[in-house]
Amino acid sequence: MDETVYGWWLPPDVSTHGAKIDQLILILHWFMALLFVGWGIFFIYCLIKYRQRPGHSAVYAPIHAIATKYIEGAVVVVEVFLLFGLSTPVWLAYKNSPPDDAKALHIKLVAEQFAWNLQYPGKDKKFGRTDEGLISGDNPLGVDPEDKDGKDDIITVNQLHVPVHTPVIVEVSSKDVIHSFNIPVLRVKQDTIPGQRIPVWFEATKAGHYELACAQLCGLGHYRMRADVFIDTPEDYAKWESENAPPPQEAPAAAAPENAPAGNSPGPDTRPQDHGPSEPKSPPLEQHK
Amino acid sequence: MSVDTHAHATDSAHGHGHGDHGHELPFWRKYIFSVDHKVIGIQYAVTALVFLFFGFCLMMMMRWQLAYPGQPLPVLGKLLGENNMPGGVMAPEFYNQLGAMHGTIMVFLGVVPLAVGGFGNFVMPLQIGAPDMAFPRLNLASYWIFLPGCILMIASFLAPGGAAQSGWTSYPPLSVIAPAGQTFWLLSMVLIITSSLLGSINFIVTIVHMRAKGLTFWRLPFFVHAQLVTSFLLLLAFPPLEAASVLQLMDRVAHTSFFLPSGLVVSGEQLKVAGGGSPLLWQHLFWFLAHPEVYVLILPAMGIIAEVIANNTRKPLWGYRLLVYSVIFLGFMSFVVWAHHMFMTGMGTTMSTFFQTTTMIISIPSVIILTCFLMSLYGGNIRFTTPMLFATAFLPMFAIGGLTGLPLGLTASDIYLHDTFYVIGHFHYVVAPGTLFALFAGIYYWYPKATGRQMSPLLGKLHFWFSFVFINFVFMPMFFQGMAGLSRRLYDPTVYAHGRGVQALNVVISWGAWGLGLSQLIFIVNFFMSLKTGEKVAENPWHSTTLEWAAPSPPGHGNFLTEPVVYREPYEYSVPGHANDYSPQFVAEG
Repeated sequence: MDETVYGWWLPPDVSTHGAKIDQLILILHWFMALLFVGWGIFFIYCLIKYRQRPGHSAVYAPIHAIATKYIEGAVVVVEVFLLFGLSTPVWLAYKNSPPDDAKALHIKLVAEQFAWNLQYPGKDKKFGRTDEGLISGDNPLGVDPEDKDGKDDIITVNQLHVPVHTPVIVEVSSKDVIHSFNIPVLRVKQDTIPGQRIPVWFEATKAGHYELACAQLCGLGHYRMRADVFIDTPEDYAKWESENAPPPQEAPAAAAPENAPAGNSPGPDTRPQDHGPSEPKSPPLEQHK
Repeated sequence: MSVDTHAHATDSAHGHGHGDHGHELPFWRKYIFSVDHKVIGIQYAVTALVFLFFGFCLMMMMRWQLAYPGQPLPVLGKLLGENNMPGGVMAPEFYNQLGAMHGTIMVFLGVVPLAVGGFGNFVMPLQIGAPDMAFPRLNLASYWIFLPGCILMIASFLAPGGAAQSGWTSYPPLSVIAPAGQTFWLLSMVLIITSSLLGSINFIVTIVHMRAKGLTFWRLPFFVHAQLVTSFLLLLAFPPLEAASVLQLMDRVAHTSFFLPSGLVVSGEQLKVAGGGSPLLWQHLFWFLAHPEVYVLILPAMGIIAEVIANNTRKPLWGYRLLVYSVIFLGFMSFVVWAHHMFMTGMGTTMSTFFQTTTMIISIPSVIILTCFLMSLYGGNIRFTTPMLFATAFLPMFAIGGLTGLPLGLTASDIYLHDTFYVIGHFHYVVAPGTLFALFAGIYYWYPKATGRQMSPLLGKLHFWFSFVFINFVFMPMFFQGMAGLSRRLYDPTVYAHGRGVQALNVVISWGAWGLGLSQLIFIVNFFMSLKTGEKVAENPWHSTTLEWAAPSPPGHGNFLTEPVVYREPYEYSVPGHANDYSPQFVAEG
């Protein structure tokens, strides 16, 4: 991970929607600075000019100040512009225009104290059925082993892999308390609330290794509820996907011979890395620099 | 009972002079279970000051862990027990307890009791020329319900598993599955809220019914207007949280599911509850209280600022009526902005657009109030007394707090800044160098009225300058940490790369906080020393115009030696053609 990109201001933005948010934050801070400095100059001028000293006295008659009305009016106008010209359109565009379902990569995220469980639908683009009754140490999402849609699902913990330049829809939920799905570089934040499934979308513009942080106090391990976010090039993502796809079940040669391309041994023991659904691993970090 | 006490007190004011009932009350009736609004006010104020310092101490301990994560805390680390500080290093559970209790104590046991219970009780009846509150025994009950609530809250540190640790917001399901300390928290909140309700009714009745002759609505000092609006906020906003606290208590002890959805799995085990509840219901009930609560914190502070500024600029407050209209409007609007704390919960865009619009609207009266204070300086003859220094500093500090609310109140920028240190910087600028500075201004300003002696101006000025410098070292860097994306409530921020980028600022903030803590010792020394050695003063040491300065310093039971009559507006300073630069409300000829 390149730590030099993190300083005392906004970290780099690697999302398609984030530029507008950054622009709003920047404009707001210029507006705030202008108001504060303007007020500040007048304030200090008053403190010096009207300090008590011999021969000086206060003015009783109320000052007829027309400028304040104009300034207050201008503040209102700017606020209306910020509200209806910038913030609301950006928010509505982001919230109301999620990417096309068919083109997007769908991921299910279920937060728990203190980990992020992710379920990828695999090649069939269908999620296997989950049931909280089936949740166990080996099956953190409660995936139904009988459901054929789930056979090719990839399950990871604290490892979010997404391809660059591809819209991603993450459906977030939680199994215990409220957490918050927060990826600063993607300008994405969404509380994960037990009992609710909330879709969040983003499209990354730059490959790299970043962080997912929990933004809502969720217990003693809140501070370490961190996940690695890998924004992969399409090739890296395809490689990761194939390396992490669960091995075909039962006797693969007999049961599903059509799934095994010639020249690529389907046997689980001959694969370069063998990942069961419960023990996901990611490629070494160096690959993502 | 009120009528009886009222008549009795007035009688005393007319007949016997101050502090003398014809018979001396025993000590415990006079100072412990007193019905005198001034004694109760001082009880509230001293209790609140103790809790403010205690709550600040909790934060100073947390600041060690944040500046030097995982290093043993010198001295204290050994004293706090192996459960809390194994090997002298703070445990994450203990960090969360300190955080939750810091927030709760500062707001509910510190600032509100000082601003409303302390200043409201002591100053308001004097400012309206009343001999006491409308219901003195209710007032007594209010304090004596509040105090057990506070003790229960502090005692929760001794509960198995420690104190409440789910933040001052106590979001379920986390709070429902938390250890026993949370039950203490809820019971304590029920007591504290009940106390607030009793107090608010008392305040409203007193202001409406017990004003002196001639004291019309438009002659009330701004502080009284602010207290009146505050009382309505307390009356209308607190009951939902009281109800919500009882519901959460039921979820914890009776295994109901008001806030628990179906299918919860905690640590791999299915939670055996009925389910079907909603965690977001709590957030709506909580913030329906807690946003007006922000105005409960700031309005009395603005009231104090108005008094101190008018008195020290030696001219009438600029835009007095505009100020009054603005606080009333603020009060109304504060009930329709609560969901801006919940933009990230996945609410619909219609809801979020409504709430960000109301949030922008509520900023307008705040801008007007600040402008009025600023314009009050213009053309003045400004005396930089200790209270005025704090009041002067309030203006830019409150401005920073208010302005940094903008990016949080707008939904699009809130996506990034929500729940980061930016939020902490924002509301602390409003409450710490904002409200707390105003409360310090109030203490320095009314101390002579309460004790008959001035606080030392030299120590007061030292206290101000050290506090002013250190407090900015504490809160200013938080905006940069927030900009870098650092989440709140992290026991160890260096777990994250973006946290490591701003870790150096944590060291600055922590030393700033400890410096700020040390600076408060100057205040503590001054507060107690001045009781004995402060310069003795007459009724009106600040040459002020409002009614409290007509009473002796300190005022006796019944407050006024003769029933005060009000002849003019509250801030008649530097009236042309008058010998003095102040024309008190209570003097017939200026």
